[in-house]
Amino acid sequence: MAGRPAPRIMQQGKLAPFYYLAPALIVMFFFIVYPMFTTVQLSFLNRNGTAPVATTCTEGRACWGIFENYRYALTAEFSTGSVKAFWDSFWLSSYGNTVKWIIFMVAGTVILGLLFAKLVDGIKNEALAKSILFMPMAISFVGAGVIWGFMYDYGTSQVQIGILNGIITALGGKPVSFLTQPVLSTYALIVVGIWIWTGFCMTILSSSLKSVPDEIIEAARVDGANEWNVFWKITLPIIMPTVIVVITTMVINVLKQFDIVYVMTGGNYNTDVIANRMYTEMYINFNTGRGTAIAVVLVIAIIPFIYMNIRRFIAQEEMR
Amino acid sequence: MNREKVNAFFARIPRNIVILIMILIWVIPTLGLLITSLRPLQSIQSSGWWTFLQAPTGSKEYAQNCASCHGEDGKLIAAADLTNPELIKQFDRSVLLLRTLREEVNGQPHLGSQEIPSAQTAADIVVHLKNISGVEKRPRLTLDNYVDALMGYRGTRTYAIDCAAGTPPLDINCNLSDLLNPRGMGRAFINSLLVTIPATFLPILFAALAGYAFAWLDFKGRMLLFAVLVGLQVVPLQMTMVPISRVYAQLGLNGTLLGVWLFHTGFGMPYAIYLMRNFLGTLPRDLFESAYLDGASHWTAFYKLAIPLALPAIASLGIFQFLWVWNDLLVALVFLGSSTPVMTYQIANMVSSLGAGWHLLTAAAFLSMLLPMVVFFALQRYFVRGMLAGAVKG
Repeated sequence: MAGRPAPRIMQQGKLAPFYYLAPALIVMFFFIVYPMFTTVQLSFLNRNGTAPVATTCTEGRACWGIFENYRYALTAEFSTGSVKAFWDSFWLSSYGNTVKWIIFMVAGTVILGLLFAKLVDGIKNEALAKSILFMPMAISFVGAGVIWGFMYDYGTSQVQIGILNGIITALGGKPVSFLTQPVLSTYALIVVGIWIWTGFCMTILSSSLKSVPDEIIEAARVDGANEWNVFWKITLPIIMPTVIVVITTMVINVLKQFDIVYVMTGGNYNTDVIANRMYTEMYINFNTGRGTAIAVVLVIAIIPFIYMNIRRFIAQEEMR
Repeated sequence: MNREKVNAFFARIPRNIVILIMILIWVIPTLGLLITSLRPLQSIQSSGWWTFLQAPTGSKEYAQNCASCHGEDGKLIAAADLTNPELIKQFDRSVLLLRTLREEVNGQPHLGSQEIPSAQTAADIVVHLKNISGVEKRPRLTLDNYVDALMGYRGTRTYAIDCAAGTPPLDINCNLSDLLNPRGMGRAFINSLLVTIPATFLPILFAALAGYAFAWLDFKGRMLLFAVLVGLQVVPLQMTMVPISRVYAQLGLNGTLLGVWLFHTGFGMPYAIYLMRNFLGTLPRDLFESAYLDGASHWTAFYKLAIPLALPAIASLGIFQFLWVWNDLLVALVFLGSSTPVMTYQIANMVSSLGAGWHLLTAAAFLSMLLPMVVFFALQRYFVRGMLAGAVKG
């Protein structure tokens, strides 16, 4: 197996492995490794990548020298007048929104996924129920954006064609413009994310729930533990490693999340996130330096998870 | 049913209710999209999709105000047959209808002792009259939106009506060539296929080769290289786009299919190799050893032994890569753009700039979901298996 050397008889020349690896290594080098280094390099240059960014600094304006693009990436969205102003502006910035996404989307998908996996475990139509929850995974984010844009539709004074406002007005309330109110808009988008990704978490958690040995659970029941205690004290600790894997995967997914925001609000109404902001700088404002600086910030945020991934892989290999 | 069973049934109720609510939340949004995409434009704008089973607009108002004399079907008074299109065309606006209702018929008020209806009611009645007379049919469900979306029709009526009347917009030819209209979903569907098929096939091929090497060939730095690969799985797309579009610009690859195929291949590689290597590594070692003892070369062992045995893994990988590429927006946006619009690009464009109505958007979105849904429900088993093998991608 992978960890051990292959059988001696299989060693046919020193170059043989590289014939098999060459196509993959070449495309990976050109499309992942090389661009990563170039991205870092570009983040220290000006908007066209023609001169160091420090040359764009002007007297009397804040400037971080060669880190000027990073100054823009990290501070441009914040007001620094007072602690309160900073705090308020943080939660409306792409960073604050990304934090909201991470907290609410990861919690939402993992909790709902676990709840559903536990509830349908062993019912008659389990497979059907699960595939319904899982189905949004097959839909593009763009498609989901249209689906939910219609759910959130803010109609006219006479008629509501979005079902959410249809329900609100039928109950006597005033229609709500979900996507344009800064207080609500980001959460409205997070709901879409949860709708898409819960099935993913549910599937992985469900297979892990099924691997918990029945004897342990039976033993606990015989000892008089109620279902609640069995779940919290026995099942959950056993599946905890999987839960953590799901959480880290989701955090990475959320950090890279771009399509939902791009399609539904374009980052307007204080819904911007880091990944969309990078796109805006790069392909709408055509500022390569700033765009790549934001990309580097994004990668720095992801590095701990890359590290965790590799460590988990090594642990798995050792168990083989 | 004995008492125990009844008790067990009631004990399950809260659980079943939660399951039911969650399933409803997951079904309703998609159901709303599907139903809306099948309703005529005017119905979409005038009522919520959940009312589509209710009586059509105006039929209730007609029954209240007119049916007692004109009959349920509108034919009772032969001199004023309401199913006669020529007659109805004279009252195709609510103002015209209201004027007629105020006039006297044979010396009597038109409506007898009834009150003259409000403007809104009159408008609804006109809709009903147009419907029963065939002046403007408004069926409950229609495929018109799908035709309009496929052909890229952006006018105010429908593709069928405009073409029948001979007044199509400039970019519509009213024949099958409209399926290639750059604004339409028909063209986008073909483009999506052109992008997706090679961008699914190439990574599988490269990953099978590399996965075989990682699983069954011995070379220096094998584990280290593979650990790097695991790390590369989570590198965000955004990190690599800028330099590549600059290189593409020099090579003339921006906006070409080749550029997108290669990008998806390179980017899909870490996960694809990971999956293939893990699967190939679980195949029994004796199998390969005996093949080599029989004098098989590596190449023979690869394509006669490893590939056929790895078909389940190839299926998982194929579905993953297919869905990933088909549903991708960012790569299409940056490297293809408007030169070769794919379905996601087309829809994103309809949402933002062209202000297409819900009738077009819902139909277009459903068209783009059709193929992934078929693939998903047909091959769900492989999809789930691939995901459980460690899906971290994007």
